[in-house]
Amino acid sequence: MTDNFEPTIIGFTCNWCSYRAADLAGTARMKYAPNVRLIRMMCSGRLDPTFVLHALSSGADGVMITGCHPGECHYIEQNYKALRRFLLLRHVLTGLGIEPERVKLVWASAAEGARFASETTAFVEEIRRLGPLSWGKAAIKEGGRIKDDKDSSFVIHLSSFEKEVPS
Amino acid sequence: MTEKKLERVGVYVCHCGSNIAGTVDVVDVAKWAQEKLGHLGVVITREYKFMCSSLGQELIEKDIKELGLTRVVVAACSPHLHEKTFRTAAKKVGLNPYLVELASIREQVSWVHTDKTVATAKAKAVVAGAVSRVIENVALDEIKVPINPNTLVVGGGIAGIQSALEIANAGFHVYLVEREPSIGGHMAQFDKTFPTLDCSACILTPRIVEAGTHPNITLLTWSDVVNVSGYVGNFHVTIRKKARFVNEELCTGCGICQEKCPKKVIDEVYEAGLGYRKAVYTPFAQAVPNFPVMDKENCTYFIKGTCKACEKFCPTGAIDFKQEDQLINIDVGNIVLATGYDLFDARRVSNYGYGRLPNVFTSLEFERLSNAAGPTSGNIVLRDGKTTPKSVGIIHCVGSRDKNFNNYCSVICCMQGLKFAHLVHERTGATVYNFYIDMRTAYKAYDEFYQRVLEEGTLFVRGKVAEVTDAARYDREKGKLVIQVEDTLAGKQRRIPVDMVILSSGLQPRHDAKEIGKLFGISCSTDGWFTEKHPKLDPVATMTEGIYIVGCAQGPKDIPSSVAQGAAASARVLDKILQKEVALEPIKATVDQDKCSGCRICNGLCPFNAIAFIADDNVSEINPALCQGCGTCVAACPAGAISGTGFSDEQIIAQIDGLLLRNLEPVGA
Repeated sequence: MTDNFEPTIIGFTCNWCSYRAADLAGTARMKYAPNVRLIRMMCSGRLDPTFVLHALSSGADGVMITGCHPGECHYIEQNYKALRRFLLLRHVLTGLGIEPERVKLVWASAAEGARFASETTAFVEEIRRLGPLSWGKAAIKEGGRIKDDKDSSFVIHLSSFEKEVPS
Repeated sequence: MTEKKLERVGVYVCHCGSNIAGTVDVVDVAKWAQEKLGHLGVVITREYKFMCSSLGQELIEKDIKELGLTRVVVAACSPHLHEKTFRTAAKKVGLNPYLVELASIREQVSWVHTDKTVATAKAKAVVAGAVSRVIENVALDEIKVPINPNTLVVGGGIAGIQSALEIANAGFHVYLVEREPSIGGHMAQFDKTFPTLDCSACILTPRIVEAGTHPNITLLTWSDVVNVSGYVGNFHVTIRKKARFVNEELCTGCGICQEKCPKKVIDEVYEAGLGYRKAVYTPFAQAVPNFPVMDKENCTYFIKGTCKACEKFCPTGAIDFKQEDQLINIDVGNIVLATGYDLFDARRVSNYGYGRLPNVFTSLEFERLSNAAGPTSGNIVLRDGKTTPKSVGIIHCVGSRDKNFNNYCSVICCMQGLKFAHLVHERTGATVYNFYIDMRTAYKAYDEFYQRVLEEGTLFVRGKVAEVTDAARYDREKGKLVIQVEDTLAGKQRRIPVDMVILSSGLQPRHDAKEIGKLFGISCSTDGWFTEKHPKLDPVATMTEGIYIVGCAQGPKDIPSSVAQGAAASARVLDKILQKEVALEPIKATVDQDKCSGCRICNGLCPFNAIAFIADDNVSEINPALCQGCGTCVAACPAGAISGTGFSDEQIIAQIDGLLLRNLEPVGA
């Protein structure tokens, strides 16, 4: 792996919690890794998974999706929809031969500047460990198979996908 | 994109003094944008010391006029701070405000990174992202909605009362909701107020009476808010008015029912567990409204099915055992939350012995003890009810400034401890010790009060008390409470025997602050206080338009500050009411009906029920009045038929491309 590899990461934030967490990290002068470039949306529910695929195919080594904590969404429950899409997206990425760890979901409230900063730095290190993204190479390495997903910290019932995924 | 006419973009890079320029080479960023972003339509870039100053704004306005700019990017602070400033400036010279974008190179770059080369490179990427995005922006018009002139104030403590009175006096209607049977809040429980030693009831009672009789205030006590929907100017609120079992129309507040009620109950709320009330009661003599409340859990009739003494003796027949909870729906334009605080539970500091050692009192218990209307008629006595203490220890910072409990300073406890010292001294002549970590007597006339208490002969020991114990080591400690403390000024351990210990407990957020926050759509800090819009410049507003926070709900504070905040929030509410309408962000989703296949995937996604399916045309439609603009349906539509203004697919994809531009085309930073 390249020694001086500096990952480029696109971060999606919601207007109400995580973007304000980033603002708070700034106001409090908390230092974090400079590799993440943020995009503000109104809600993490706005995140079209194609944005993530577009970012990864256009040069980003990783994508961080951030939003309000479950139950604290400004739009009541739309972050749960972001969660569903995130989990599905991980499978899609695996199918495409990309390490699903390249996409991370972080909940951060407007008061959690410190959490935003530390999660960002941790994610940059994770991507640094994975190395630069290369679609072709990754596909061969993983053999295009879906990896065991035991390390996922989220529990979700498959039935909740049905609403959004046309069969 | 290629066949589109190139926009004319101006890029303005702010130094923000040294806030940005100290870490980011702003001149280089501007130069780079000029040289490398020409293909995106950048025609002018400038850097300036303070873009938000009037001179900075004029610079942009002049360029819009003279160079015919069609898009503007300001690389400065967070859009939450100055987006409005620059959009207003653009609007002034005829450019649609939504064609202006802010690139946050302060909060997201200069303040969080240290290496100048790296920070400058990131700033360039952020600017490129904003430029790339802004050319996809479309002109939007603000949506104006009327403001309902009625206001809801939640919480009838001094902050809420002040807020309600200010608005009511200006001629607008206020609904004042209070969870307890009477308004008055914590202040109604206090004896004296620092530093002037005004009698708390004497200064509070006129206010609560005024609020109770004001023609513009609808008082809803013994009630709580159960549901809130809508948005600024147009909130719909459901209030549950709990059954009082007393008909308010008939009750005259004569008090005979309380006199005749045979059931005595320990009053845990108002008397802090030191006194009794009846099962049918008003919490205190000056309660507003003066109608009693029946405590269903303790009423003999509700438990055993017989008694009804109150009903028998009531001269107006106002007792109504069949009364039920009532749901009241109201429409309001603005909401002020004055929900107050909970007292820190001193039992949690087990080494201070509260709850185990009888003569350890909490601050609220002492307030009741020294209050002339309290259970001992103002006599400061030990738990036995008759012995006057000869020595009293007052412990500051109980539960505050303590990593085991709350990290923050509760603000009022030092002054409260000094007030107690004065009252004990004045009423009993006892020797008084105050144990403090730091003496915090900021604000007007507070330090003078400290000097006064010093001169009265109160003894001060600087040190955090380790333990309060009744285990005597020496004869002089027998039958006393011993305070074990390190005197940090003298540099030695002390054991001080006293008769009575008062714990100056801190304040903490209401136990249900989080749920209340959720109900009204606002957030809490990590400590649990409601989060203000800006900690310095906007302490009473919240991130949710039309919702304000005042008093201790926002953080620990004394009475003058609570009153000031109550009035401040009212000024903000009146400002909104007098404008008669409010401009809403035109960020909404719309369905392109030619593209919609009628699959209805979006229908179930909207929590605001803004999406309706039109069966006749087999398409879905979004009601713009209900749409809140989250964009979830936009992301979900498999046909790409739904588009969201302000945050369209084109804008976001363009921003991704812009942010990654530096990767594809490396530029020596």
